[in-house]
Amino acid sequence: MLTVTHYTVLSAILFSIGAITVLVRRNPLLMFMGIELMLNAVNLAFVAFSHYLQDMSGQVFVFIVLTVAAAEVAVGLALVVAIFRARDNVDVDEIDSLKG
Amino acid sequence: MDLGAITEAIVFYLFAAISVLAALGVVIARSPVRSALSLAVVFVSLAVMYVLLNAPFLAVAQIMIYAGAVLILFLFVIMVLNPRIDIVGGRPNAQTTAAIIVTLTLVLLLGAILSGGQIAPVTGQFTPEVIAREGHVQIIGNLLFSQFLLPFEIASVLLLIAIVGAMTLAKRDKNETAPTNR
Repeated sequence: MLTVTHYTVLSAILFSIGAITVLVRRNPLLMFMGIELMLNAVNLAFVAFSHYLQDMSGQVFVFIVLTVAAAEVAVGLALVVAIFRARDNVDVDEIDSLKG
Repeated sequence: MDLGAITEAIVFYLFAAISVLAALGVVIARSPVRSALSLAVVFVSLAVMYVLLNAPFLAVAQIMIYAGAVLILFLFVIMVLNPRIDIVGGRPNAQTTAAIIVTLTLVLLLGAILSGGQIAPVTGQFTPEVIAREGHVQIIGNLLFSQFLLPFEIASVLLLIAIVGAMTLAKRDKNETAPTNR
């Protein structure tokens, strides 16, 4: 009764909400949360296909994606902390010293 | 229709609604702490989805890694930075409007692509009976150490890089003093 389409449509909706979060909110912490939302949406699609195609490679891939996401969040938040310490301001629109 | 299929459908629709509402809560919430807590709700409802999809190991790993580590990291950084409350919707400038239009197009396009097709006939070997006989963790472990050995090793090197990088970035310089209590 539940096909793979249900899960992939839900994954598409969550991915789009994550994309809106990254584009609209101007706080880097919120942007990281949007990125995590997008990664989770993709994980859901992987696991759905892994179940409906009866292939466990999807789940192994999700395991690796989980690892990469955790590493990315650690480094990204360390960057945000370092930037905040240098300038006491976390609005990404105002961090434009490299702008050409 | 048997009870199992009905229960599965009810659980799916319920937690799909919860996850979408919580994801919208991440975008809309005024305080970063509320966004982080909404994100936790998304993580847990996705873990329920993984259980529905016969992936209990991933469900537990999702809760441990995302809700248990990533979220705590977010909350600690929010606590350290103590950012101003970020007003959303107060300035509907051109970039915000363009972003919303583009993302609505994206979701419609993705929905149309992903729902108008047929997946290939079932070809894999890991039917639910095989999985139940051999065990979820055993199968994932076998795959990780045989077919996916290279991604596994690369992931471990990546974790090492992330550890060293995060420690280096977050360390204070020698002549910088600790922040006083404001």
